[in-house]
Amino acid sequence: MTLRLYIVQRATAMLMLPLILGHLVIIFYASAKGVSAADILGRTAGSVGWAVYYGAFVLLTAAHGAIGLRTIAMEWGRLSQRAADALMWGTGLLLLALGLRAVAAVVAPGSLA
Amino acid sequence: MAQQEAARLPDIEVAIWRGGEDGEYRTYRVPRQASQTVLDLVTYVQRKLDPTLSYRFACRVGVCGSCAMTVNGRPRWTCRTHVSKVAGEGRIEIAPLANLPVIKDLATDMTRFFEKWQEAKGVHVPTASRHDPIPRISPEDKRRAAANAAIECINCGICFAACDTVRWNEDYLGPAALNRAWTLVNDARDGGHGERLAAVAAKGGCHACHTHQSCEQHCPQALNPTASIAGLKRLTVEAFIRGELK
Repeated sequence: MTLRLYIVQRATAMLMLPLILGHLVIIFYASAKGVSAADILGRTAGSVGWAVYYGAFVLLTAAHGAIGLRTIAMEWGRLSQRAADALMWGTGLLLLALGLRAVAAVVAPGSLA
Repeated sequence: MAQQEAARLPDIEVAIWRGGEDGEYRTYRVPRQASQTVLDLVTYVQRKLDPTLSYRFACRVGVCGSCAMTVNGRPRWTCRTHVSKVAGEGRIEIAPLANLPVIKDLATDMTRFFEKWQEAKGVHVPTASRHDPIPRISPEDKRRAAANAAIECINCGICFAACDTVRWNEDYLGPAALNRAWTLVNDARDGGHGERLAAVAAKGGCHACHTHQSCEQHCPQALNPTASIAGLKRLTVEAFIRGELK
């Protein structure tokens, strides 16, 4: 379990790095160009590319963050491994659900209404 | 000359931890001497001022690793720590090593520290008998070089006392035991590699290390257990990919 979680956390970190850099570039681009929310939604709506990009980002972030929280909960919160595992799964699934909902909102606007 | 200079120095104030976990500091005045070590201060207090003071030492020359204590908040080998280096404002605070139960005064119970060595499979598993020829291992061999870089550990427990992860995670094997495991997994004559890798990949093993590098910072032998642990992390991941570890 420990080794697997270690590998997942390192692998997600490596995979997230280019996505984070891309995300930052997008933020700077959108801010500098003064792109409006409507413009952004116009470009992301129906885009499989953006769905995959941010869908993967959400998945990686949920896994990476939840595993990290598990360690912090055990070391600083003195939680038992059982409780920390529950926290990890709970946090990870919550982040995944919220993140995927946000992705759906920009690639398929109206689908959540 | 050095003796005369030391003679002019004022006495040093030495606060020493007395009692068990719920003890307190007691302050003593000790005359300064040339080339005086922190262990000299403790010995002076015990021999001249208070014979009930308990502490541990043996070789006095940085070989045995038994005199480690917390000096002004940092774990140090007291026999090789000169007073002039740590005296600051003419006061030194000496406590038992952290992360280990205090037996009395400056003596800690190191059972837990050495049990971790056993848990990390820090014992050499022979693959040959005395009747077999001695294997030839080149000093330039990459694995031998890696083992050599980590092998001069004197079991003083300073890295264990300095480690945040040891403080937070009671299952953690600690820098010294993992460093020992690293020397053995790089030993071509050892036959316990598989079992050892499984032990250091289990709960509390090498993956619990946060790479704070306090062990490397404080090791009196200038070893780098963090690097050894990083090596174990790499080997365990490789073994997992090969399907040898789960």
